[in-house]
Amino acid sequence: MSELKLTDVAKTYGSIDVLKHIDLDIDTGELIVFVGPSGCGKSTLLRMIAGLEKISGGTLEIEGQVMNDVPPAQRGIAMVFQSYALYPHMTVRENMAFALKIAKMPTAEVDAAVERAARILQLEPFLDRLPKALSGGQRQRVAIGRAIVRDPKVYLFDEPLSNLDAALRVATRIEIARLKEAMPDSTMIYVTHDQVEAMTLASRIVVLANKGVAQVGTPLELYETPDNEFVAQFIGSPAMNLLPGVISGTGEQTSIKLDSGGTAVSSIATDPDQMGLKVNIGVRPEDFFADEASGFFEGDVDFIEALGEVTLLYFASASDADGVVAKFPGIEKNLRGHKVKLNADPAKVHLFHNGVSIRKRS
Amino acid sequence: MSPALQGLLTIAIGVSGCVGYFYLSNQFLDKVLFPPRGPNAGRNINRANMIRPWLFLFPALAALGLYLAYPVVETLRLSLTERVPGGGYRWVGLDNYTQMAAEPKFWEAMRNNMFWLIVVPAMSTAFGLLVAQLTDRIRWGNFAKSLIFMPMAISFVGASVIWKLVYDSRPAEQDQIGILNALYIFFGGAEPQTWLTVPFWNSFFLMIVLIWIQTGFAMVILSAALRGIPEETIEAAILDGANPFQIFFRIKVPQIKTTILVVWTTITITVLKVFDIVFAMTNGQWETQVLANYMYDKLFRGDDWGVGSASAMVIMLLVTPILIWNVRNARKEME
Repeated sequence: MSELKLTDVAKTYGSIDVLKHIDLDIDTGELIVFVGPSGCGKSTLLRMIAGLEKISGGTLEIEGQVMNDVPPAQRGIAMVFQSYALYPHMTVRENMAFALKIAKMPTAEVDAAVERAARILQLEPFLDRLPKALSGGQRQRVAIGRAIVRDPKVYLFDEPLSNLDAALRVATRIEIARLKEAMPDSTMIYVTHDQVEAMTLASRIVVLANKGVAQVGTPLELYETPDNEFVAQFIGSPAMNLLPGVISGTGEQTSIKLDSGGTAVSSIATDPDQMGLKVNIGVRPEDFFADEASGFFEGDVDFIEALGEVTLLYFASASDADGVVAKFPGIEKNLRGHKVKLNADPAKVHLFHNGVSIRKRS
Repeated sequence: MSPALQGLLTIAIGVSGCVGYFYLSNQFLDKVLFPPRGPNAGRNINRANMIRPWLFLFPALAALGLYLAYPVVETLRLSLTERVPGGGYRWVGLDNYTQMAAEPKFWEAMRNNMFWLIVVPAMSTAFGLLVAQLTDRIRWGNFAKSLIFMPMAISFVGASVIWKLVYDSRPAEQDQIGILNALYIFFGGAEPQTWLTVPFWNSFFLMIVLIWIQTGFAMVILSAALRGIPEETIEAAILDGANPFQIFFRIKVPQIKTTILVVWTTITITVLKVFDIVFAMTNGQWETQVLANYMYDKLFRGDDWGVGSASAMVIMLLVTPILIWNVRNARKEME
């Protein structure tokens, strides 16, 4: 059943459009991650769902009820802020109990709810401490606990891990994933700019760009079949290589004559009338392999980053401003300064025309 | 010599004296007393560095000692002696204090000071907090704040003159120039009141002047404190379902509690020393006496240095604990 539904939602500040034509259907129990570059409006969209920002156009429904003008506290949502936003003058217990006390819940029930949340989050030893006596990770757990006690229909997370250090971030990420497993019926919306968080946590990812939704899909759908160049380059690190060329053969498989010389083959089917179309082929760095005989891209290895498990090869290329990156497994330290010819499995060669995937057009 | 020239000369001598003091005293310390040479060079550097802060502090300590510490001791001495006609002093123990305690006017001053102490800091802080909160988000808020802050720039005596006009009273057949009487008559009052002569209430009319001045002070400090509250805690409270009153009293006020205390105690100290307003408006008549004005009466009008000094000691004893508390709170706020 659809838990949360956005229909043609827009946000404007004066005459400036921040978001427009946002359509989204979120099912019960999903963990949706909003990703996108800075300033794409992902936090704004979350705050609109929370009720902290006014919705300028379209409708927001939660469990079938239009929520545009419902006060935040009555929307059945709870939010976890990047800065934790704990009440500094209240103990952990009081922080978690605040919403319930405001709602005039009987003391016994409040205590039970707080104890339960504290048990889930292993906060029991800290219940009578003030936030300033807690570490960053513990504070974030309190913030999550404050959401749990309210037993909301939808949890909203606004970059909850951004203020934590790298090790703690991984640990807390796994904790959130566990928490989600323990509460299969709760719906979560999670904003982040970190694609590892997005890929590991999400049941579906919403990529926001250019004031709208660039693509919605499971993490692997976005990785394997990006709808457009933006998503192709945004998901995956280093970003997907784009090489310009012209379609030189159509059919079940498509041949592309690259501007840099070689001819690449993609397993995406094309029609005869697409012959001669200007396209970009997209190849992920990890899909390249060395192939002296039939590689379609040749270049000098300009720079190498050996990460141990993989080696990144940066190619100096005359024609492509961005340069080409390949990711080879293992350690390949001796390739610097050498010419390497690259090839890729046709199934891993993406085709974009005017920034949009050809797969999507046909 | 012309006074202007004299002034310039004073400034020149003063400034060069200061510079000369710091330069020469440090030179003396480093070159003569503990030179960083010879077998004890390391020890000498350490010793010189231990002494150096005191070189810098000495002028300030000396000035404070002369103009603050010495007067306290001297006042204490005066309060325990009496002047003998024809010159000289005589030790009288606590006689001045017992004499003062027997005077109804002293207890009137004590009682009034207590009223001032309760009403003025409470009202100033409350109004200041209210204004700070209400003007926070509106477009003309800054304009309103400037207006409310303006009385801070007026001297207490100036403010007293303004408010004396507000409370002014003319014979019934004339037009009233005091706005309070004008309003009183307009709303059906029988005849104009001489507000400042109505015992008990007149003290409150005087307090209003100080509240009017101090609200601006409280507002500025509290407004800055309110802005320092993290926005997210307020948003979290909105999501938690708190209404504006609950957000104000349960989220905002507790977070600026130490600032409120500092503002409160600072105004309290001002109130304990209140003198100008009473002096200029009623001079302590009609049961409006306060301690500072009582002291002035005794010291400079009654020429009774003993009792005057005794009342000064009482004021100091009342102010000191609040001052200490205030400094503690201010330090806590800085953490």
